[in-house]
Amino acid sequence: MEINIQKRVLAQNETDADQNRAFFKEKNVFVLNMMSSPGSGKTETLCKTLNHLMPEIRVGVIVGDVCTTNDADRLLVTHAKVTQINTDQFGGDCHLAAHLIDASARQLGCDDLDLLIVENIGNLVCPAEFDIGEDAKAVVLSVTEGEDKPLKYPLMFQVADIAILNKVDLLPFLDFDAALAVDNMRKVHPGMPVFEISAKTQEGFEPWLEWLRNKVKEKTAR
Amino acid sequence: MHEMGIAEELVKIAMDAIPGDMTDPKVEILNLRIGKLASVVEHSLTFCFEIITKDTPLENARLVIESVPVKICCKVCHQEWEVDSPMFKCPDCEIGEVEMICGREIEITSIELADEKA
Repeated sequence: MEINIQKRVLAQNETDADQNRAFFKEKNVFVLNMMSSPGSGKTETLCKTLNHLMPEIRVGVIVGDVCTTNDADRLLVTHAKVTQINTDQFGGDCHLAAHLIDASARQLGCDDLDLLIVENIGNLVCPAEFDIGEDAKAVVLSVTEGEDKPLKYPLMFQVADIAILNKVDLLPFLDFDAALAVDNMRKVHPGMPVFEISAKTQEGFEPWLEWLRNKVKEKTAR
Repeated sequence: MHEMGIAEELVKIAMDAIPGDMTDPKVEILNLRIGKLASVVEHSLTFCFEIITKDTPLENARLVIESVPVKICCKVCHQEWEVDSPMFKCPDCEIGEVEMICGREIEITSIELADEKA
């Protein structure tokens, strides 16, 4: 006997993500899901970015890692509201699922926030699969990785709304071909905006900050 | 990498679908549709599924997976095409933003149960 089902297996996560979206809309907060491989410089990029945006824009950060509160500790200097999720309590998950974001966002309280950034777990595979109710997805690639990463992890670069190419201050010392990396990103996602920056020197920061400020303005003006 | 979570969801959905009035139900097959771009490794999924279905009506059930190709549509010239490499540029106009029509599915379409013993 065959029983027809027709169900999406991640339907529960999608339902949770929709609830998050409704919550963030009610709170008028723009939510950015930041993803990358481990060590691409997400936390450093955030530290420097928040220095520019705050206090004009009120920012909260949810940081995800399997273990340690190191990233949350580093972000404390920015005076942003920060909360850390460690997934080792949940079996060492490789991504942040929507229900974890729900709990953290409520714990953080979104009433006095304009921008909530979720620094996802370092991984170019799984986080791409899980909607968390965000307004936009950003992927960070650094020049110490490889130009072909967008081709190796196409889903991540396809679902991202923007990409950041970080650590460009190191280009003179590497064989990394930045133009090729950007070209590969656009092979999997034609037309995607790419910001070439150095979190260390803050080279190239202005267009990235401008994009973020505009997005926050669009959302909070509603 | 999150195949265990997917296997757990599969079990939940399949168990819910078994009619409550069946005595000693035995599921033989789960029919799935998985997109080529969904980050699911078939071998890992089967491995996880086998472990968590021991001593349940799903024990020894087979996962029959239909692989869904990746299809793209160009938002500018509306052409549709199938891709088998990570190259999502429109072959015609090359500039257009694209939309994915299919290829990310992780779906369960049906379960097949053994006939009830008389």
